[in-house]
Amino acid sequence: MTRKQRRLTIIGGSLVVLGVAAALVLNAMRDSIVFFSTPMMVAEKHIQPGKRFRLGGLVQPGSLVHGDNLKVTFEVADGSAALPVSYQGILPDLFREGQGVVAEGALDASGVFKADIVLAKHDENYMPKDVADALKKQGHWKDEYGAKSDGKTTAAGSDSGPSRAAQREQGTVQ
Amino acid sequence: MIAESGHYALVLALGLALIQSTVPILGARWRDFALMNVARSTAVAQLLFVAASFAALVTLHVSSDFSVANVFENSHSMKPLIYKITGVWGNHEGSMLLWVSILALFGGMVAMFGNNLPISLRAHVLAVQAWIASAFYLFILITSNPFLRMANPPIEGQDLNPVLQDIGLAVHPPMLYLGYVGFSISFSFAIAALIEGRIDAAWARWVRPWTLVAWIFLTLGIAMGSYWAYYELGWGGWWFWDPVENASLMPWLAGTALLHSLVVMEKRNALKVWTILLSILAFSLSLLGTFLVRSGVLTSVHAFANDPRRGVFILLILCVFIGGSLSFYAWRASALKQGGLFAPISREGALVFNNLLLTTACATVFVGTLYPLALEVMTGDKISVGAPFFNLTFGPLFVPLMVAVPFGPLLAWKRGDLLAAAQRLMAAGVAALMVVAVVSAWTLGGSTFAPLAIGLAVFVIFGALSDTAERIGLFRIPLLATIRRARGLPRSAWGTMFAHAGVGVALIGIVCETTWNSENIKSMKPGDVTSIAGYNLKLDGLTQRQGPNYREMAALFSVKLDGRPLDIMTPSKRNFTTRGATTTEAALLTRGASQLYISLGDVAADGSVAVRIYHKPLVLLIWFGPVLMAFGGMLSLSDRRLRVGAPKPAKSLRGLQAAE
Repeated sequence: MTRKQRRLTIIGGSLVVLGVAAALVLNAMRDSIVFFSTPMMVAEKHIQPGKRFRLGGLVQPGSLVHGDNLKVTFEVADGSAALPVSYQGILPDLFREGQGVVAEGALDASGVFKADIVLAKHDENYMPKDVADALKKQGHWKDEYGAKSDGKTTAAGSDSGPSRAAQREQGTVQ
Repeated sequence: MIAESGHYALVLALGLALIQSTVPILGARWRDFALMNVARSTAVAQLLFVAASFAALVTLHVSSDFSVANVFENSHSMKPLIYKITGVWGNHEGSMLLWVSILALFGGMVAMFGNNLPISLRAHVLAVQAWIASAFYLFILITSNPFLRMANPPIEGQDLNPVLQDIGLAVHPPMLYLGYVGFSISFSFAIAALIEGRIDAAWARWVRPWTLVAWIFLTLGIAMGSYWAYYELGWGGWWFWDPVENASLMPWLAGTALLHSLVVMEKRNALKVWTILLSILAFSLSLLGTFLVRSGVLTSVHAFANDPRRGVFILLILCVFIGGSLSFYAWRASALKQGGLFAPISREGALVFNNLLLTTACATVFVGTLYPLALEVMTGDKISVGAPFFNLTFGPLFVPLMVAVPFGPLLAWKRGDLLAAAQRLMAAGVAALMVVAVVSAWTLGGSTFAPLAIGLAVFVIFGALSDTAERIGLFRIPLLATIRRARGLPRSAWGTMFAHAGVGVALIGIVCETTWNSENIKSMKPGDVTSIAGYNLKLDGLTQRQGPNYREMAALFSVKLDGRPLDIMTPSKRNFTTRGATTTEAALLTRGASQLYISLGDVAADGSVAVRIYHKPLVLLIWFGPVLMAFGGMLSLSDRRLRVGAPKPAKSLRGLQAAE
């Protein structure tokens, strides 16, 4: 086999593998990425029941209700709108009323957001980035939310430190 | 005083690095040996000064000197000594200082043990190493000085983030950095080879041990981080595909590819241009990882925008080094001579296949990690790319790779015989099919995918073992002769066996854990009994305990199996008063390679506590696999042919000492 043939074989093989990889990526991009919305965006966009997305906002003070079997309901609000959320499982350590939260799941037919993952902020000052940006955009940002977080988040922890933990502070459903 | 001397030592290290990055290059230009040798002394001196600087920061943390901002923000006088020390790198400034210390350590080692490197190559390597070092010294001194004093020193510190007060995370960053930064050596060697326009099999022999060292640490570091996340974050997950993890996985994939292509280059003098590119990529991905983690761009784009100095600085370093090295590569690579020929079906061909799949898998991780960032910057849309994406892309690419793993070592160099290799793998194939049959029968009606994946893993393990068995003539020739052959077999062959088997072992753990993991989440009162996977758990009661810098509430569970008492598990929730933060300490009960896992949720008003109980079958194999891989790497490293510096016979004594 000559050098040229060998090179063609290798290039051909690489193109096939890359083609397959590109197809896989595009396919996965279509099906398995999840968009982020706030309650107001949900109200405006009329998201279909059953379509998965991430919902972010503040937990409405006074809305948290514990039911049997670790069922909880609460409302997520962004200042303009609020959306009821139901969840079964253990809430993250730092889940609190009046604080930022991101939940992943889908709307059911009655318009309740059924979450199967709840992510809470990591420490007293951390605000989930999606929530903070959305609140800012809508003008409901209060400086104390992020008073320390800006400095903190850049300076935060080691490799697997708080930023990683923040993503992990979550519960899963049975 | 200590803070000021630490700071001063760091400035001196920068000065030395600047000398080291210019003088040796000029020396190589003018063929002046004295100037070229400057690289050695500056590299060693630089190591000393950085070590002094690092020691100063450790001293400040240990003595709880809260007049230093870094200590105040991350330490507390009541914190146990071990976490005072590890807290040094549990924050941005300290971890960057650790980063440069390790960089200087590697540079110093090349300088000290590189006796038999050609002198101009050594000069160039150390100079490139110093370019990287200078950039990062500047970064630390300008944007993240750990030695800053505070105007009004407080009496007590703010404590280290409680999640980081854990032994797993104490060891994880140094290991990871040894891996990340270790790839800087292969990078420097690659750039030096491009500068000199000459590269040969000896080059590969010099680079391979360094790459291997980096790879071993990176492997262990990733495994350690994953185990930490598993037991510390309280819900039993061990890999999340989040950008911080991907940042360490990408250099690992590229580094694994590099290790394999270095073999081809060393043995067959082929794939030179590709190997150089991989060396550059492996370190570029390490830099990218540092950027992703350190710039704050992941945690919050607006934090990045509000305090852009750090992020922009690292981004600049990233662009200069990656852009610069790749353009230099494009310019100079054609000057390198072509290597040996080989047929597509051959050991070389198999290793090319390995490289192709590893780099493609790496590219999919790259896309999945950076696409959300790019999309947000360009359109403002926020998306999250999680496990489903990676399972759909990374998974399918790894299947052919795993199938190919046992074939590689069985093919001959230059031209291999696929059929003969397949025949020799017959036993492994049969074993795999039997396992598939047994597992499917056992778990009838369950997942169809899991038995197949386990079969694949068994094929990989048995393939690795049967190659060695074949070579030492196990059961074919008398036992004594087998033992003699086993002793004569190069350690690198044993290394290959362990590393490849480790991949299979990890796969079994991953498949078993994800498929047959059972979980039981409920709220329990003292006296309540629940069961999971045949185990009976009774909540005996709750107690309060006081730790050095936290209070904890522990739950006592007595565990029974078939009516016999087995053990007592005490998961707890710790409350760290200084930061007002809570952590969940899971309780683990290990049975063989499986684990029972309990973590606590909140206590309700009626005194019941939410508990999360998991049974994770064979979960420990997930981390045992990487340990085997690293062990294989160490065996390989101890192989005579690979002793650091690859001694020439005349100098063997010195070279051997250097390797110990």
